[in-house]
Amino acid sequence: MGTITQVNEAVHPRHAGVVRLTHWVITISFLALLVTGVEILISHPRFYWGETGNVNTPTLFKIPIPSSRGSVPTGYNYVLPDQNGWSRYLHFEAAWLAVLTGLLYAAFGFFRGHFRRNLLPAAADLSPKRLTSEIGRHLRFERPGEEEAWSYNSLQRLTYLLVIFVLFPLIIWTGLAMSPAAVSVFPPAFTVLGGRQSARTIHFFVSIALVLFLSVHVLMVFLAGFRKRVGAMITGRAAARGERV
Amino acid sequence: MSHISRRKLITTGLAAAAGVTGLGVAAKLAGRFGLIPPDAGVLYGAGETLTYAAHRLLTRHTMVQQFGRNLISKDPFANPVDPLSADFQRSQQAGFADWRLAVDGLVAKPASFSLAELSSFPSSSQITLIACEEGWSYIAEWSGVPLSHILNQVGALPQAHYVVYRSFQTDWWDSLDMAEALHPQTLLATGMNGSALPVPFGGPLRMRVPRQLGYKNVKYITRLTVTDDIKRFGKGLGSASPEGGYSWYAGI
Repeated sequence: MGTITQVNEAVHPRHAGVVRLTHWVITISFLALLVTGVEILISHPRFYWGETGNVNTPTLFKIPIPSSRGSVPTGYNYVLPDQNGWSRYLHFEAAWLAVLTGLLYAAFGFFRGHFRRNLLPAAADLSPKRLTSEIGRHLRFERPGEEEAWSYNSLQRLTYLLVIFVLFPLIIWTGLAMSPAAVSVFPPAFTVLGGRQSARTIHFFVSIALVLFLSVHVLMVFLAGFRKRVGAMITGRAAARGERV
Repeated sequence: MSHISRRKLITTGLAAAAGVTGLGVAAKLAGRFGLIPPDAGVLYGAGETLTYAAHRLLTRHTMVQQFGRNLISKDPFANPVDPLSADFQRSQQAGFADWRLAVDGLVAKPASFSLAELSSFPSSSQITLIACEEGWSYIAEWSGVPLSHILNQVGALPQAHYVVYRSFQTDWWDSLDMAEALHPQTLLATGMNGSALPVPFGGPLRMRVPRQLGYKNVKYITRLTVTDDIKRFGKGLGSASPEGGYSWYAGI
């Protein structure tokens, strides 16, 4: 009989193998993109709107940090070491890894019912009353109940959908808008973003949103039980060994 | 259990073998069709090859956007260069009358052109964006001779794969593949916004490659070498950029 539960668990793990694999590959890619993105940003910590902007033009806003280029007036009288070379190589390599892994995940999500079953919130959960109580539960940092070891709550579902279907596509789109060759394939698909500098500015804000998501996500994992939740995302088992009913 | 795991082992093994073979075949095909950049090293080779191959398959003939005259930047930024040598300054004082563009390598008729000769060639102009890898950009009207015209003039041979270009500042050299070199928007620019190209912006002669980032647009061009073997130049990575840690292909 023991064999049957094992088989069932292998067939219906908490997180499917594809989900677990793509989750961690994208985590690694995202961290590489984040570190290298910050390095690239340091070489010109000024933001603009439209197609053009440089040290001779007014900015939309500046980030008050020193720069890795002496040509940028920052108010600091020192220049940080230039890390753009390897940062750019790694940024684009990690972007390929993230996008290809993301496509695998998206194909799995659509064709194997993962999005519909696990991420689409039930209509009843979207009523203002239910949503308000869910938000309240989060704001009081209440620990989730037993059922949430096996299923996402509605706020979680909405957040994941936002990240997967809004933030990720937007950061890829604005990233490609900074590639002169990619833009030349079909310029109108990128000029709608408002120009190269606008795309760069949006890229920056979307990355801030993703960092915010990552921070809250990790905080929530700690709150729900770090070992159990991370264990489930690595092994697919919802409960630690010995706790299994 | 053992039956399942054996079957699993066999299928996984077959899939892995197929994957490795597939990668090998893909790499061989990519090499044959010129889809591997010269700086495809160990660490970042996969990413660079994916970008370069994707662009060569999708953007071989695409044209960058041209802007209206009203969008020409009033405050373009000339990224500072190392101090120019006394020889350069002498030439500048003489109005670059002695400036030569030498063209050699795999060409039927090696040649050397003065700026006056270059200006007698059909000229082309474009109002396009130039963007630095650091993040800033400006729009200008660039005019000059299409590189393809010069390559036709000297009779570049069919086995040519790259055009190496060098600057008066000898630290700077770079190369373009033939797709980029023959692209109608790739110019040897001699003019900017209706007047002679100012020295801070690369005058008297600058490579203008609008489908790639600013650093491919090398200033003060003195020599073009057509070649089928990029490994013979510098450290064999295609340009001075990878030797300084930056990618050879800058179409991103």
